[in-house]
Amino acid sequence: MHLATYIGLLEQGERTLGSSFRQVAHGHAEEADVFHTCLNLAAQCDAHVEALAPAIERYGEHKDAEPERLHAEGLSETRSGGIGLLRDLHDLYLLASYLDMAWTLVGQAAKGARDTEMIQIVDSCDHETTGQLAWLKTRLKAAAPQALLVAD
Amino acid sequence: MAADRVRDIWGTRTAYASGESWPERVDTHLVNGVAEADVERWVQSACLLCSNGCGVDVAVAGNQMVGMRGRAVDRINKGRLGPKGLFGWQGQLRDRLTRPLVRRNGELVEASWDEAMGLVVDRSRALLEQKGPLSHGFYTSGQLMLEEYYTLAVIGKAGIGTPHMDGNTRLCTATAAASLKESFGTDGQPGSYADLDTCDAMFHYGHNVAETQTVMWARMLDRLEGADPPQHVTVDPRRTKVAERSAVHLAVRPGTNQAVMNGLVRELIQHDWIDHEFVDAHTVGFEELARVVDEYTPERVSEVCRVEARDVRAAAEIFGTSQRVVSTVLQGFYQSHQATAASVAVNNMHLLRGMLGRPGAGILQMNGQPTAQNNRETGVDGDLSGFRNWQNEEHVRELAELWDVDPIVIPHWSPPTHAMQLFRYAEQGSVGFLWIAGTNPAVSLPELSRIRRILGSDKVFVVVNDGYLSETALLADVVLPSALWAEKTGTFTNVDRTVHLSEQAVEPPGESRSDLDIWVDYARRMGFTDRSGRPIPRWDSPEAAFDGWRECSRGRPCDYSGMSYEKLRGGSGIQWPCTDEAPDGTERIYTDHVFNTFDDYCETYGHDLLTGAAVTATGHAATRFDGRARLKAAPWTSPPENPGDDYPLTLSTGRTAYQFHTRTKTGRAPELNEAAPDAWVEISTDDAEALGIAEGDLVRVESVRGSIEVAARVSRIRAGTVFVPFHYGDGDGGGRRRAANELTITAWDPVSKQPAFKNGAVRLTRLAGGDGPAPAPDTTASARVTTAEG
Ligand code: SF4
Repeated sequence: MHLATYIGLLEQGERTLGSSFRQVAHGHAEEADVFHTCLNLAAQCDAHVEALAPAIERYGEHKDAEPERLHAEGLSETRSGGIGLLRDLHDLYLLASYLDMAWTLVGQAAKGARDTEMIQIVDSCDHETTGQLAWLKTRLKAAAPQALLVAD
Repeated sequence: MAADRVRDIWGTRTAYASGESWPERVDTHLVNGVAEADVERWVQSACLLCSNGCGVDVAVAGNQMVGMRGRAVDRINKGRLGPKGLFGWQGQLRDRLTRPLVRRNGELVEASWDEAMGLVVDRSRALLEQKGPLSHGFYTSGQLMLEEYYTLAVIGKAGIGTPHMDGNTRLCTATAAASLKESFGTDGQPGSYADLDTCDAMFHYGHNVAETQTVMWARMLDRLEGADPPQHVTVDPRRTKVAERSAVHLAVRPGTNQAVMNGLVRELIQHDWIDHEFVDAHTVGFEELARVVDEYTPERVSEVCRVEARDVRAAAEIFGTSQRVVSTVLQGFYQSHQATAASVAVNNMHLLRGMLGRPGAGILQMNGQPTAQNNRETGVDGDLSGFRNWQNEEHVRELAELWDVDPIVIPHWSPPTHAMQLFRYAEQGSVGFLWIAGTNPAVSLPELSRIRRILGSDKVFVVVNDGYLSETALLADVVLPSALWAEKTGTFTNVDRTVHLSEQAVEPPGESRSDLDIWVDYARRMGFTDRSGRPIPRWDSPEAAFDGWRECSRGRPCDYSGMSYEKLRGGSGIQWPCTDEAPDGTERIYTDHVFNTFDDYCETYGHDLLTGAAVTATGHAATRFDGRARLKAAPWTSPPENPGDDYPLTLSTGRTAYQFHTRTKTGRAPELNEAAPDAWVEISTDDAEALGIAEGDLVRVESVRGSIEVAARVSRIRAGTVFVPFHYGDGDGGGRRRAANELTITAWDPVSKQPAFKNGAVRLTRLAGGDGPAPAPDTTASARVTTAEG
């Protein structure tokens, strides 16, 4: 059964996204909304990792060699300035969409397995991941013209 | 007879019973030595010193303002005036700017209009050529006239094409607008002041109405003294006069409003104090709301907010069992971190009980400043004019047609820029031209050291329109002297949609000009034109601007199409919408319980209350709101800054009854200055004792961002919280830092983008003994413990 692989990937992915949100929060602390929102969203990622605990207990979490290339890279440093903010938020967006799809796939499996508890976990976490994507998109769209046209 | 509104802020009671109309009581003040017989003419206007908008007549003799009298015919005040209304205008007679100033070799020196405007236009043109419209930003006020805002909106959106326009309304009323838009689809006040006359309960959420709108409180006091008085419930960390008269006072810990609101909503649901028929027919989102609030038991609320669980139950019971409730909401909610969520929760309470759109049952999401409403309507505050939706191409096309420009000129690719972001762009240098009018961000924005650095930097060319050499004007590159209230004609709109005409009573001092004249002059020099080659704007007088606005507002919720200067002359103010069908205005909106959430009509598709993420057009269409109100929910989250070991107290900032904004006017009115001459910090008896601080001691208040030195007032504020009034700038503090915003944090609500002034951790240190009590009024929430108890 490969579900364990995907659960492992989700768990790892949420950890990576959480630390990346924190990285961006501190790297762009001068953007007060980015700072506070990213910290809140990082806390959501932490909660997602916790929420996965019963699933891991039930299905295990595989970390074999094969799916390694599916692991998304986290952000190890932030860039600076308006364009830097844009690039970093864009990276977060990629990470979060990767996770969004992972939640969808695990959710499909949970339905196939008639695992109602798992379905609930996936629903509430994926709902928040969708929210994270929506915020990133809103913020990116607002920042783009200024960063791409006027900023030094 | 001169009314003593300094000691007796709310005046003599004129009690009335539920359902009766509020009796008249005319307050008058004439300056020393002037008798009624000396007054040459009385000129119609409305008071410009808070959002109540009391109707006044200005007494003029020898081409000077010599006094003020409340208008008995006006629906808002029935003749009454508060301390600011009676005395505040005198501040306009002192220290006025009379000539333009320009910065030369680092110094501000007098110049001609031609020279000053030449500099403005040169810089503006050069930047537009080099960097385009996104290099320009405008930061206006809640104190200009509707005609001035609309004129600037058209110049900015159709002439220049910049999305960077906001007002200090962001600090005072952005959440009122945001919460109404989220719940009902568009901005627009559901309630009316007439609801105060028939309600059987009033809830005040972070609204110290006794000080912020003193005449409104006089109306409430008159109800309290009459037959069938309503019960009051107050949510406020301070023991305000309103709290004193309340059946229940929830003195919540700052930063926990959303928890208490979720608790109240949960109680309504638990006890089934719900109008199910209404909820089913007129709302969307009940299940999600019930799910989110479920964990907020009175005990949980008690733990988070540090209030008694039984008080939460008692407050909810009053709401749940009353037939007609009016809720009022202001800065205690708006200037907190979950501002929109908590204010939306107030709307939810009314929706759950079907309590709006009928007499006595209303919501008053208050405004702070007198003309904040018009900034919102005309769209110089980060909205599209006429409550239009920037995400709706059809709405943009309507404006483009009206203004005769290509729709692509009108910025609508993302929400218009909010003030805090505008200053951030200026800090980074991408906004290189910043025009500030009628406001004083160097005192009123959070984290002042940062704001001073931005305004003083050479990265940005700062133009300031003001009547005084304010802290902000001192940092500008060009200062243009503005005509103030009563020195120009225009209209403005109060909290309950009442529009007043304010006629010019006297000539402005020296070479001062109205903001409208200044902006029209700028536009003409810049040569802005529409597709047919006509000038933008097409008008150059207030009345013509008003007529332009009537067209812009036609068919929208804030419909002025049936109004005219002529109609506004003589009687009472008129409530919008005012149309051919409703020529006398409209007392209450949503009487049919059909809300403005239709896809093609709404002003916004809504946002996620936690992050501010925008709902898309498709997302909105899929839900099929179609006139049903949106019940929106959010869990409580911890505020951005919490007290800890180094900074153990929570800071709240706010107002006093005697001062307005940054005191440019009220600080120059002798009676008001004397009543509240200097800043202070309020501290509870427990905290004062623990820190060895006594009444009147000089203390240092410090946060990570800065510090101030002010006198301590030991008051009945909740333990663990301190309060500093925000009015006092450093400029006239004799070299001593005393501005509350030296301390405040740069953080804002994710939806309304209103700064969270009422959050921040501080510590207090006693510096020296005082010579007498702190300079804080004893007539208000800042009363000394001894006075209040004794
Ligand atoms: S309540 Fe407001 S509008 Fe009325 S007199 Fe006082 S300051 Fe002026």
